[in-house]
Amino acid sequence: MSVVTVQLGQCGNQVGQELFDVMCSDARDVHRKTYSAVSCERFFRQTTQGALEARAVLIDMEPKVINHSMSKAAKSGRWRYGETSHFSQKQGSGNNWANGYCVLGPRHRDAVEELVRREVEHCDMLAGFIPIMSVAGGTGSGVGTFITQCLRDVYPSSFVLNHLTWPYGTGEVIVQNYNSVLTLAHLYQLSDAILVHENDIVHKICSQLLKIKQISFSDINRVIAHQLGGVLQPTLTPASCGAYSRHPIGELMSALACHPEYKLLSVCTIPQMASSSIAFSTFSWPALLKHLRQMLISNSKMEGGIDWQVCPPPASAGRSRSLSAGSFNTSLANLLILRGKDVYSAETGGFEDPAIYTSWLPPDEALSLWKSPVPFNKYEKSATLVSNSQALLRPLDDMVRKAWNMFASRAYIHQYVKFGISEEDFLDSFTSLEQVISSYSELQ
Amino acid sequence: MTQSVVVQVGQCGNQVGCRFWDLALREHAHVNKRGLYDEALSSFFRNYEGICWGHILTYLHPQAVLIDMEEGVVHGILQGPLREVFDSTQLLTDVSGSGNNWAVGNLMYGSAYRDSIVNKLRKAAEHCDCLQCFFLIHSMGGGTGSGLGTRVLSLLEEEFPDVCRIVTAMYPSAEDDVITSPYNSVLAMRELTEHADCVLPVENQSLVDIVNKISLMSHDAKPGCVLKKESTVTSGQGGVSPTERPFDAMNNIVANLLLNITSSSRFDGSLNMDLNEIANNLVPFPRLHYLVPSLTPLYTLADVNIPTRRLDQMFSDAFSKEHQLIRADPKHSLYLACALMVRGNVQVSDLRRNIERLRPSLPFVSWNQEGWKTGLCSVPPVGHAHSLLALANNTCVKPTFMELRDRFTKLYKKKAHLHHYLHVDGMEQSAFSEALSSLSALIEEYHHLDATKARLIPDAPRLSIAR
Repeated sequence: MSVVTVQLGQCGNQVGQELFDVMCSDARDVHRKTYSAVSCERFFRQTTQGALEARAVLIDMEPKVINHSMSKAAKSGRWRYGETSHFSQKQGSGNNWANGYCVLGPRHRDAVEELVRREVEHCDMLAGFIPIMSVAGGTGSGVGTFITQCLRDVYPSSFVLNHLTWPYGTGEVIVQNYNSVLTLAHLYQLSDAILVHENDIVHKICSQLLKIKQISFSDINRVIAHQLGGVLQPTLTPASCGAYSRHPIGELMSALACHPEYKLLSVCTIPQMASSSIAFSTFSWPALLKHLRQMLISNSKMEGGIDWQVCPPPASAGRSRSLSAGSFNTSLANLLILRGKDVYSAETGGFEDPAIYTSWLPPDEALSLWKSPVPFNKYEKSATLVSNSQALLRPLDDMVRKAWNMFASRAYIHQYVKFGISEEDFLDSFTSLEQVISSYSELQ
Repeated sequence: MTQSVVVQVGQCGNQVGCRFWDLALREHAHVNKRGLYDEALSSFFRNYEGICWGHILTYLHPQAVLIDMEEGVVHGILQGPLREVFDSTQLLTDVSGSGNNWAVGNLMYGSAYRDSIVNKLRKAAEHCDCLQCFFLIHSMGGGTGSGLGTRVLSLLEEEFPDVCRIVTAMYPSAEDDVITSPYNSVLAMRELTEHADCVLPVENQSLVDIVNKISLMSHDAKPGCVLKKESTVTSGQGGVSPTERPFDAMNNIVANLLLNITSSSRFDGSLNMDLNEIANNLVPFPRLHYLVPSLTPLYTLADVNIPTRRLDQMFSDAFSKEHQLIRADPKHSLYLACALMVRGNVQVSDLRRNIERLRPSLPFVSWNQEGWKTGLCSVPPVGHAHSLLALANNTCVKPTFMELRDRFTKLYKKKAHLHHYLHVDGMEQSAFSEALSSLSALIEEYHHLDATKARLIPDAPRLSIAR
């Protein structure tokens, strides 16, 4: 089953290129034939000369980034992008969601749909789409939202898993909060699930865990690619009966996206360390899983500085959780993916504790467990946790608060209105997101 | 790759423009070692032999229109080392000049040459594959630059409404030798407020201060520290023209400003910042589009070993009073938005560290507390390892405008020199009062925002959802 990724905007194209790089080296460097075959089939196709071409469509409104990504891929020598799988224009979207969604998206709809159709035709069986984009700019956010809508219209029965990169809180783009609010509100209706990485968090991982002194965007993108790869590479799932799962996205959805009001997924991975230290470290499953569980409930994304004081409240106390009270992170559903040595002996009981979940689902349904005996990306043992929990509640609330303050003074609104959206549309988006915030806050 | 067209009007505009083309050629020569016509060059130049990538540069033509109502300056350019670069169809000149009279420039010459100007602009635009921006360079105090320049601005809005218009306007200092400069400036301001997308105001006095500071540094420099003379910021030496003329150092600074703004559209980087993003991010309300530029570093020391501390110093400098290109103190006024355009080998962590370091000392408006727009371009300017351009939408322009208004009112109250303007066909006294009220309204808007500075604004009450 194959996955088609759609890379949108500068961030999407940069992250996508790192992702394919990670997956290609993981698939190729490994001596397990079946694993390699499944991974290659999933994300790449073989050309007649035996080269690997990524199953990807690259879209941007200006050409520089796509050219850079394509040449970087070709230089690696192990894989490349299809010669004609890209679409770019001359001039960017100007960091304006309305420009991307109302003007540029519709204008180039046919060309993009054609590229996607060609890529889909190369797939024997389509597992789903993964659009990759950022929410801060204009192309990724605006054109990306429009393209997601097109995917929904043209392929109504396929899964769509959006991957979003949230920008630094202290600003990369001044109108990033507007762009983010508009994107999230629309994607919530269109997407099956939304997997989020935050630049702030990944930056901390780079500085504190990977010990990188001068962090560049490539470092950040590589961490994101590593975490995403840990989710998307082949695994054995309960439903796949002893073979590598052929429905990765579908199974992810049924594991995590159980309710239409709860679609935000966060990822954390353990261990993460500088590649020079890996050879000197030993890993044990009990230690890794204990740390990962505490990371989940205290909502920290790194294994440094975990707050060990946070623990689930006793069942007897009134279980009402609000935004401000306590730092305990309640989960709706969790997907735990274990890769590496001795994976069958790993004890995951800690994740089945009913106290860390809401009361709707019994813990054995709320937790899904996928395993792969193949070590991933140089780590002898690694665990990835994808969770549908309150982890993104605080960042989302901050984003909406800042956007709302700006909207209250009507700053920059004229820039959006001139491309075709109205204040009403803004208000609708705010309302949808307040609903999402309220739903997640109420998780008990 | 998008293209931009530079329209230079009047003596000041053409002199700055000339420096700009000199430096642009130098910068591209530095980067483009093989002399092939590539995408980066196409943003400002076209290849005479037809637009074909990879051709050896035969005749590079800048995408420019040069306008002046007297011939001296333009002819000077045509006799100088850049003579092969411009062709006569790009020029528009007349003989007698505008006599430092805005009305003559805007109304008399504006109507007489309207069609000719529109034709030249259309021709320049036609040569562009994807025209993104018009750069207009002119001074505010004279007659041609301010009068005809603002007329060109409104023509650009009429003929090319979708193309961004960025104006670099040279404001006169208080000790300007043109007596009617307040009239010309205020009349031009009204046009800028209504028709431009962004204005980068530059003041002569600040440029003079900067140039003086640099020459002081080069004389006072500690032994062992030698100021690199090839730094393009203040020195045209090493470029096309062998000798430096009087205003060259000051004009170089402005030319560098333009080069840095467009660097991200021309060269690669990990976080691109296009020209249309500048307007979208820095202009929260349509009329408040005056962006205070500041450029660092202004000189380099010959020891090129630049440790992190120097890099951080560069960021601090960008916010200090001495580096602003107009006389203003942004740190003590209110920031509405700020853009940082970094060139060279600077990574996102350096950028974030400096933003976090500087943020507490910079007052931002309540609804834009983290209002930073950042761009990273990997190609540094010639002679530097990195550089930083900061564009701030800041209420510190208010005192400059208020001073301008005072100088205007002093003259207007006495009706001094008014008859020179009213003699021109089409000029009415109401134009003066309208221009004055437009300026006052602008000052009021800035004033309102300033007033929020001291007050602690609570968060706006959020929408509440029925449970």
